[in-house]
Amino acid sequence: MLQVLQQRRWPLVLFWVLIVAAVVAAPAVLPVFRLNLLGRFLALAIVALGIDLIWGFTGLLSLGQGIFFALGGYAIAMYLQMNSSADLPNGIPEFFGLYGVDQLPGFWEPFHSPVFTLIAIWLIPAVLAAVLGNLVFRNRIKGVYFSILTQAALLVFFNFFNGQQKLINGTNGLKTDVTQLFGQLVGSPEMQRVFFWLTAVVVILAWLFLRWVVRGRFGDVLIAIRDDEPRLRFAGYNPTLFKTIVFAIAGGLAGIGGALYTVQSGIVSPQFMTVPFSIEMVIWVAVGGRGTLVGAILGAVLINYAKSLVSEAMPQSWLFIQGGLFILVVTALPEGVIGWFRGEGPGNWLNRLGIARRSTTYPRLDREGQEEVQP
Amino acid sequence: MQLLLESLFNGVAIGSVLLMAALGLAIVFGLMGVINLAHGELIMLGAYTTYVVQLIFKLPALQPVYNTYVLVAIPLAFIVSGVVGVLLERTVIRRLYGNPLETLLATWGVSLILQQFVRSVPLAHAAGLMLTLVLGFGLPLLLPQKLLAGPRRRLMCAGSWAVSALGGVLLAGGLAAQISRIARATSRNVDVTAPKWMRGGIDYFDITFPVPRLVIIVITVVAVVGVTWFLNRSVWGMRIRAVTQNRSMSDCLGIPTETVDVLTFGIGSGLAGVAGVAVSLLGSVGPNVGGSYIVGCFMVVVLGGVGNLLGTVLASFAIGLLTDLIGAGRLLTVWPDMPTPLADVVNFFATTSMAQVMVFALIVVFLQFRPAGLFPQKGRMVEA
Repeated sequence: MLQVLQQRRWPLVLFWVLIVAAVVAAPAVLPVFRLNLLGRFLALAIVALGIDLIWGFTGLLSLGQGIFFALGGYAIAMYLQMNSSADLPNGIPEFFGLYGVDQLPGFWEPFHSPVFTLIAIWLIPAVLAAVLGNLVFRNRIKGVYFSILTQAALLVFFNFFNGQQKLINGTNGLKTDVTQLFGQLVGSPEMQRVFFWLTAVVVILAWLFLRWVVRGRFGDVLIAIRDDEPRLRFAGYNPTLFKTIVFAIAGGLAGIGGALYTVQSGIVSPQFMTVPFSIEMVIWVAVGGRGTLVGAILGAVLINYAKSLVSEAMPQSWLFIQGGLFILVVTALPEGVIGWFRGEGPGNWLNRLGIARRSTTYPRLDREGQEEVQP
Repeated sequence: MQLLLESLFNGVAIGSVLLMAALGLAIVFGLMGVINLAHGELIMLGAYTTYVVQLIFKLPALQPVYNTYVLVAIPLAFIVSGVVGVLLERTVIRRLYGNPLETLLATWGVSLILQQFVRSVPLAHAAGLMLTLVLGFGLPLLLPQKLLAGPRRRLMCAGSWAVSALGGVLLAGGLAAQISRIARATSRNVDVTAPKWMRGGIDYFDITFPVPRLVIIVITVVAVVGVTWFLNRSVWGMRIRAVTQNRSMSDCLGIPTETVDVLTFGIGSGLAGVAGVAVSLLGSVGPNVGGSYIVGCFMVVVLGGVGNLLGTVLASFAIGLLTDLIGAGRLLTVWPDMPTPLADVVNFFATTSMAQVMVFALIVVFLQFRPAGLFPQKGRMVEA
């Protein structure tokens, strides 16, 4: 500890102490409703971390993360439904009765097992992401085409889940808040508190994992893919493999986020797969700062918090604010909030106010070959 | 024979709506490389324009010529969506050329704003605002250049905008006073009733062809022919193609590239407005009407290959025919005694939304073999 202090790392230590204290103390301070919201937003932050990995570091803008998010949610919801329908007459979830189905569809069977479910939450989305991603990446479809295809895939999954009442209850989705886990109601305040802590821990773990991923040589390759993929290819790397891996990681994270979100929101439905929701996820990362992992977490929590506040006060104006945010971020603040602070943003402002000393630098070569002299 | 014809007609009808909606996108995306996610909302604006025009034609003064309102709505929708597109280009998209992903996000923001705009602004006021914009952009083009070139340029510009604003306020006030239905904001869907000559159908070969569908097919054919003529035969079309092929070279040769950008974007957006007229004839119009078309439009453009009108045409008809083939379960009608498992599969996909699932899956499979669509652009660049 003393050594840490001598190395002038005390801000870091303080930061961690504060984070842990906040997470531990939050249930005591916040009312149940707000705590539940914060827990949900942290679950969304996990998804945002995945998007930051593929978009901020690798340059793949996926507009279809909702697929993986919802798949994770459906996995946990199916387990919970099975778990609490054991003492029903048929032994199958109640909603099947509405559609006259008296035999469990085959793909529900494995979700009897909690171990399988815990693996399925991240493995199914990750494998699906790997397969979809590989089909796209190996044809060197990239940039906006990748975005459009992921959006189309999202629509496909939405239509599928929305239309199949007899398999997964269609539009109505699967409820989880009245199901039981360890003999407790999932929707009860005690369980929600546990889920909040679980989510907070997972967010921190995911952040540490991604930090480890992007800091090594692997991370360097990702940034190279983002900045100049053909050159990387000519250098003998196979971008397809790397892209597939990170897309799978992001898919798995989205699945985990979806599962944690579902148990806290009490329902999973095809609404998780709508086109606007998936694009919204992207803007969390953009506002927080692409390529800064903290930015993704911050952006997801802040924007969703703002959304719930604004929607409570003036439901009409949220779309205006959100739309304006999209435009503002890409035109005026492309680095995001965190990127702005880490970059020259504060310095520029101080410059303008005449406080900071102007420093002359070499002209920076821009991409188009135009020289641009920085102040 | 009858079955074939019916199937063909349905497919062409679905395809022509899709083509109409995707045509503007193909121009904007294909020629400028701009992903415009607000395209669906430009379609929506066109549809709302049709609704307002229809209500205006219901006024006693215009009642005798009510049946021709569609013909008036088409150019008006073109202008309204076109002007909004020009505004969008000049304020947002211009800053983002060369960053397609950023453009995508910014235009999504615009689409959200437009959606909420039609929800929370009365249509009468929106019409007034549109008139202001149209006049504001249009007057300087119509006035003699001599007036604008002199030292009084600023004054003239301000004056023309003031006149436009006055016109807009008058129109908004007049409409709100005359037509109570558009005097208040509503987020409910509205219905455009087709004029009398457009209702019903034409019987031919024992099949009924609904007239609105035929009208849409005609509009689509005219639009495609017009755009092809414009791009290939007119001077400005040639300039647009030149800028697409080599921007800096065109700039050197004296082509005003910025004007070309505005023009291209305006035409692409205007075509979205015309698509809006077509869409309004098919069903009710709401703030979310654009969202249901946008993904399909992009699939058409991706499947057809970027920067190629023929590809766009073929792709939309292919998607239309396939959607009809799968969605109506026509394979079962043709081959009634197919084996049960296969019949189950066909039945499983025999709804409109499941047909979309199947069609998109087929497109992804197709892109495995032809990653750049039906007609890829040829080039020697690493990043084609």
